[in-house]
Amino acid sequence: MSVTNRRKFLGLTGAGVLGVVSGGETLGASRGRAVAAAAEHVLPELPYDYDALEPHVDERTMRLHHQNHHGGAVRGLNRTEKAFAAMSKSGDFSGARKLCRDLAYYGSSHILHSTFWTNMKPATEGEPAGELADFLERDFGSIEAFRELFLAATDSAPASGWGMLAYHAEFDRLMVLQVEDHENRFLCGVVPLLVCDVWEHAYYLEYQNRRSEWTAAFMGHLIDWDNVAGRFSAARGG
Amino acid sequence: MAHELPKLGYSTDALVPFLTAETLDLHHGKHHKGYVDELNRLLAGTELEGLGLSELVRRSEGDVFNNAAQHFNHSFYWRCIAPAPRPCPQGALAQALTSAFESLESLEEAFVKEAVGVFGSGWCWLVRTPAGSVELRPTSNAGCPITSGDMPLLVCDVWEHAYYVDHRNARADYVRAFWKAVNWEFVAGCLERPDEIERSILGAN
Repeated sequence: MSVTNRRKFLGLTGAGVLGVVSGGETLGASRGRAVAAAAEHVLPELPYDYDALEPHVDERTMRLHHQNHHGGAVRGLNRTEKAFAAMSKSGDFSGARKLCRDLAYYGSSHILHSTFWTNMKPATEGEPAGELADFLERDFGSIEAFRELFLAATDSAPASGWGMLAYHAEFDRLMVLQVEDHENRFLCGVVPLLVCDVWEHAYYLEYQNRRSEWTAAFMGHLIDWDNVAGRFSAARGG
Repeated sequence: MAHELPKLGYSTDALVPFLTAETLDLHHGKHHKGYVDELNRLLAGTELEGLGLSELVRRSEGDVFNNAAQHFNHSFYWRCIAPAPRPCPQGALAQALTSAFESLESLEEAFVKEAVGVFGSGWCWLVRTPAGSVELRPTSNAGCPITSGDMPLLVCDVWEHAYYVDHRNARADYVRAFWKAVNWEFVAGCLERPDEIERSILGAN
């Protein structure tokens, strides 16, 4: 899969970001050739309308979540990268600790939200299939056992956090993880395949304190398994 | 004796427009009550049953700590806000605040900045340290300043459930509205009579 297609598939490109793509294409060039400057990160458009996931996610929540929360993360990430550049230019590295933390926080938020939007689609009742289903059965015992584990992990994730199905290429296995905030409790080297946002902003207007009702709706009605399978295939180098 | 959900001390619509009755019903009646119920369930039959809340927060860890600290933090938070009229800081409190932050205005700016800067869920505290200085102290998740020996004077809850219904994602607006609703008489009491904090947050029914 080309860098262009991979970025598009992974949900990281919005409209009008050709600069990002051409910048990305040059990264594989051999040493000695010019590498184009990295472009600003862009908030990707949703692959469906704001009201498309109703009644499971209300339009107000989708709009706030995408524009303000995810949008805020993209703005924070760009601001942080600019600050890194300014730090390098100035030679004063006393801000490194804060900026490294900000980079992990905003950068992970951008990746997680981009993954989350494309993990969902309206009115789906699909099931995992193919090699993904085989690996889910191998690594969790059964599809049903995976579902139960994913829900248990997501329901008990930290107050601001995520539930995650991830693939680890070096271990060659699937695993279920919890994420605290956006960047903590990660296992180094995993690729997120399926993520469920359980920050309160993801569900509070519709479900208030009833997190498990939100996660059950996510698991039962919203997952685009083709997207998850595509991410799995890409992570395995397919 | 089992831990109990303290009463608010004001009606759930008394803080409009800072916080609506919907928020207070959920926050006090569901979230805070949930921590108290879970705490009692976890403690039943253990050696920690019967400890006072502050002692429990200092001595526990894991799930017991999370629920005990959240019970303490929420009980403290309810006392930090009040319906109008709300007198400004006076006397020793005003002196302590202005000597630490130069002015109440600069304290407000520093408090808002610190509260907005909490990543994820957490709390923004004003504390008196064991050395006697007055400082801002953000904590994550259930973090509570008494575990490090600081005495709490004021707290703002910046978990999203505290403000999402009324202020959506605009945390800074919420914190500024909080500032206007601060019960400075309670803050002064914490500064002058730190030994009575637990009783005042749990027993002011």
